[in-house]
Amino acid sequence: MEQLKTIGRELAMGSQGGFGQSKEFLDLVKSIGEARSKAEEDRIVLSEIETLKRRIVEPDIPRRKMKEYIIRLVYVEMLGHDASFGYIHAVKMTHNDNLLLKRTGYLAVTLFLNEDHDLIILIVNTIQKDLKSDNYLIVCAALNVVCKLINEETIPAVLPQVVELLGHSKEAVRKKAIMALHRFYQKSPSSVSHLVSNFRKRLCDNDPGVMGATLCPLFDLITIDVNSYKDLVVSFVSILKQIAERRLPKSYDYHQMPAPFIQIKLLKILALLGSGDKQASEHMYTVVGDIFRKCDSSSNIGNAVLYECISCVSAIYPNAKLLEAAADVIARFLKSDSHNLKYMGIDALGRLIKLSPEVAEQHQLAVIDCLEDPDDTLKRKTFELLYKMTKSSNVEVIVDRMIDYMININDNHYKTEIASRCVELAEQFAPSNHWFIQTMNRVFEHAGDLVKSKVAHNLMRLIAEGFGRRMILQIVESYLRIIGEPKLPSLFLQVICWVLGEYGTADGKFSASYVTGKLCDVADAYSNDEIVKSYAVTALMKLFVFEIAAGRKVDILPECQSLIEELSASHSTDLQQRVYELQAIIGLDAHAVECILPSDASCEDIEIDKNLSFLNDYVQQSLEKGAQPYIPESERSGMLDISNFRSQDQHEASTHGLREVQQAATVPSSSDTGSSEVKLRLDGVQKKWGRPTYSSSAASTSNSSSQNTVYEVTPVDGSSNVNSKAREASYDLKKTQVEISPEKQKLAASLFGGTSKSERRASSTGHKVPKGSSHVLKSTAGSTTDVLVEKTTPVQPPPDLLDLGEPTIKDGPSSVDPFKQLEELLDPTQLGSSANPGIVGSTSAPDIMQLYSDKPASGQSGGFMYPSSSNRSDDNLVSGLANATTDSAHNITAAAHPSQFSKGPNLKDSLEKDALVRQMGVTHQVKIPTYLKIC
Amino acid sequence: MIHFVLLISRQGKVRLTKWYSPYSQKERTKVIRELSGVILSRGPKLCNFVEWRGYKVVYKRYASLYFCMCIDQDDNELEVLEIIHHYVEILDRYFGSVCELDLIFNFHKAYYILDELLIAGELQESSKKTVARLIAAQDSLVESAKEQASSISNIIAQATK
Repeated sequence: MEQLKTIGRELAMGSQGGFGQSKEFLDLVKSIGEARSKAEEDRIVLSEIETLKRRIVEPDIPRRKMKEYIIRLVYVEMLGHDASFGYIHAVKMTHNDNLLLKRTGYLAVTLFLNEDHDLIILIVNTIQKDLKSDNYLIVCAALNVVCKLINEETIPAVLPQVVELLGHSKEAVRKKAIMALHRFYQKSPSSVSHLVSNFRKRLCDNDPGVMGATLCPLFDLITIDVNSYKDLVVSFVSILKQIAERRLPKSYDYHQMPAPFIQIKLLKILALLGSGDKQASEHMYTVVGDIFRKCDSSSNIGNAVLYECISCVSAIYPNAKLLEAAADVIARFLKSDSHNLKYMGIDALGRLIKLSPEVAEQHQLAVIDCLEDPDDTLKRKTFELLYKMTKSSNVEVIVDRMIDYMININDNHYKTEIASRCVELAEQFAPSNHWFIQTMNRVFEHAGDLVKSKVAHNLMRLIAEGFGRRMILQIVESYLRIIGEPKLPSLFLQVICWVLGEYGTADGKFSASYVTGKLCDVADAYSNDEIVKSYAVTALMKLFVFEIAAGRKVDILPECQSLIEELSASHSTDLQQRVYELQAIIGLDAHAVECILPSDASCEDIEIDKNLSFLNDYVQQSLEKGAQPYIPESERSGMLDISNFRSQDQHEASTHGLREVQQAATVPSSSDTGSSEVKLRLDGVQKKWGRPTYSSSAASTSNSSSQNTVYEVTPVDGSSNVNSKAREASYDLKKTQVEISPEKQKLAASLFGGTSKSERRASSTGHKVPKGSSHVLKSTAGSTTDVLVEKTTPVQPPPDLLDLGEPTIKDGPSSVDPFKQLEELLDPTQLGSSANPGIVGSTSAPDIMQLYSDKPASGQSGGFMYPSSSNRSDDNLVSGLANATTDSAHNITAAAHPSQFSKGPNLKDSLEKDALVRQMGVTHQVKIPTYLKIC
Repeated sequence: MIHFVLLISRQGKVRLTKWYSPYSQKERTKVIRELSGVILSRGPKLCNFVEWRGYKVVYKRYASLYFCMCIDQDDNELEVLEIIHHYVEILDRYFGSVCELDLIFNFHKAYYILDELLIAGELQESSKKTVARLIAAQDSLVESAKEQASSISNIIAQATK
């Protein structure tokens, strides 16, 4: 049947005669079409290539024939074979004056060549000539080639002509010239930077096609530099309005929609311009609202425009009505039967969720349906959404799901992505250390070769720095269990070896011979992985050293002995050296080895005695014996280059100074609050809390420095009354909060349980909080007040609020009034728990901040403070204020870089909203969307 | 931005390829093999989108032919789906109820039309009429050029007789 059709078509074509292909070519296409296998197809193509190679170099080929050869080359190349032998003929064809041949030549070179091909230089001349042609179609053809083939070096050769063409009488030429300039801009922004005004001019072109094309370069320009184009907001809005009102020619309609592609482009641009800019956004509200209303949601293109509207609405300064409209559209998308629309709905939900988290709750069932859907694309999109809405209350469910999914896919690209997301979420929100370790183990086990080595190093550091003894013991146990499994990823083995070496025998639960045996097994089993082997050898060395230091006799297992011998003859010098070091160290006495490898000291700062002062005696002796004094190399050679060294020294000194300043800043802050013991001195806290070397590790990923203060402050202060849970979950404040939180019931409930989106913000901003400032409680408390004053003046007299900073600590009652008012706004649990008048001042300090987070968070932190508050209100103050510091510090940064915080609503807005609500006497429910702007 | 356009038949045969981002011949073959594996095996009711190497591929099936376009993460999939449809409608108008065979034998025409629709990976013209007019103008110019050429050769032939 199909063959019959083919013949029919062929006959028809033959009668048309317009396409002018020879029988030979038609046969080729047909035989390719009938090829039953890829091998057969390849054979046909190869023989065709041979034929062409022979024929194309024959002298005096008729032009018609040559054109066909070129098209056959295109065909061969399209099927994935190399036709490079014919490129030069295609290039030659572009030189031809006959338009028919020239077009074919141009088509062929755009398909054959990349912009960095050597032959391009041969075409530039022709292009230059053709750009000047009287025939606009030739100019168009040349511009097509310009867009594809002109590279950074050849831009100057054609640029003046292309710019001239912007004023061409034919709109098709103007349009292509604009696109060519856009391409130039992408290739080399500097080459066209002086021509930007042309884009603005063309925006007012009479032809809608040219105007539409101009939006492409403008979109790129605006992406890079929003502020220079704010003046165009009005123009864009008026264009969009005209389109929406169908004032464009009918020919731009598409499925009854007025110029939808241009609308989409405009909405994208508006989203950029309106982001974080209230004034600009206000211009857009009406027109976007109109489009929401007018859009035909039954057609695909209508939905495309609607989706773009949602993207725009969630990017610009929030508007209640528009957000409502967007939520309606999302609901329609998610309820639709079409997978495409569901996909877009999930994506749109991910955009809107940062502004109105409650939308997600409405659709929890739909989201879960999508998660269970057999369609992989939809599933992944849903994971992306979950990733965006993860918080400490649902992290366990989400990450477990992600890992389950990760285990079952083969796509390495996506596996890497999802693994790194799991790690990120686990580090940010882990509810308990136990869970964290288990999760990391699973991720490493299944995707260990795909995650970055930085993640592994982070994990090692976390284990060494942040975990208590009991936790480490658990880790060691789990690693000893896992280590026997076959085919573990190299990176994971490195972590295991390091941890076992460092802590394998630390608790005395496992004997050294047991652990060393396991390590030897690893080194044996992965004998072609040198990195793992060197990790294993170093771990062995540490274990032996700890044995010697503890005064026990070292018994080296036979397999261990043979491993050492084998590796001492290894091809890798690194391995050899490690083994020789090991052998040398084993022979030393207890005192010496302890100096070389002190137990559990991986996180301690190493002090380097740069002056080598310990050699002074020796030098002195030698000098007395008549040795020559040492002359520095620079002086010896006479090349005095000391200035260089000196400046380096100075620089070093200054960085040290900085660090000291930081520490200095932290000390007074904590003593201010009345607990003189609290210092960020590393050695002091160490006994209780593992090794807090945070001051040196500025790049700590999951611990914000302010939270750090919190956890150090609490235990030391309340040493008589330390929350035992807090002691366990030492590495993140949030964890302690979550441990108190109730277990979630079902998946839906567990995914959408609370809406404490601010937690996420707090933690993500925590990284960005500048260290010095966040430590100083006084100053941050002050700035908290500033923010509050600014926003809440209508209701509360400023003086009271200003007192909030310090006086509240000593002088509770005076500051009670504003908080009493605020308490109406708090949720009931909070109210009930803050009933104790003695601590009102102290609790409400954090509470103010918690207005902006939601139920679970505030409830938990309340719970977190109470145990100690009953008898020690001072501690409470400290922790409370520290808590506030976290929030306020984040608050400040949020105000400073509003655009950075894509997640969660603008705090300023929410404050404003609160003020408004209070003004209007509306009872404030906790769940009220905090973004709303009354309008 | 659109990185490439692929037309693949249900049997996995390539009908048209247009690359807007640089890919070597080797990469092209790999991309085509990979994507045809993914796309052809997808069921009819699933999304028309596939996430692939950090990009998204939007595809649509017309009879036995799959039209695929590869776009960036933040592009609007539904819009691209409509760009595909836009292209198909223009092809349909040009060929008169287009079928796969038209594209097989006249793939260069399909390229010319695509060049009027997309340029450097962006949609340059959203009016079907404008595209159709341009293509028609080109065709007529080609015709006249052909006639001219033949008439000139006739004159020469006569002159040399």
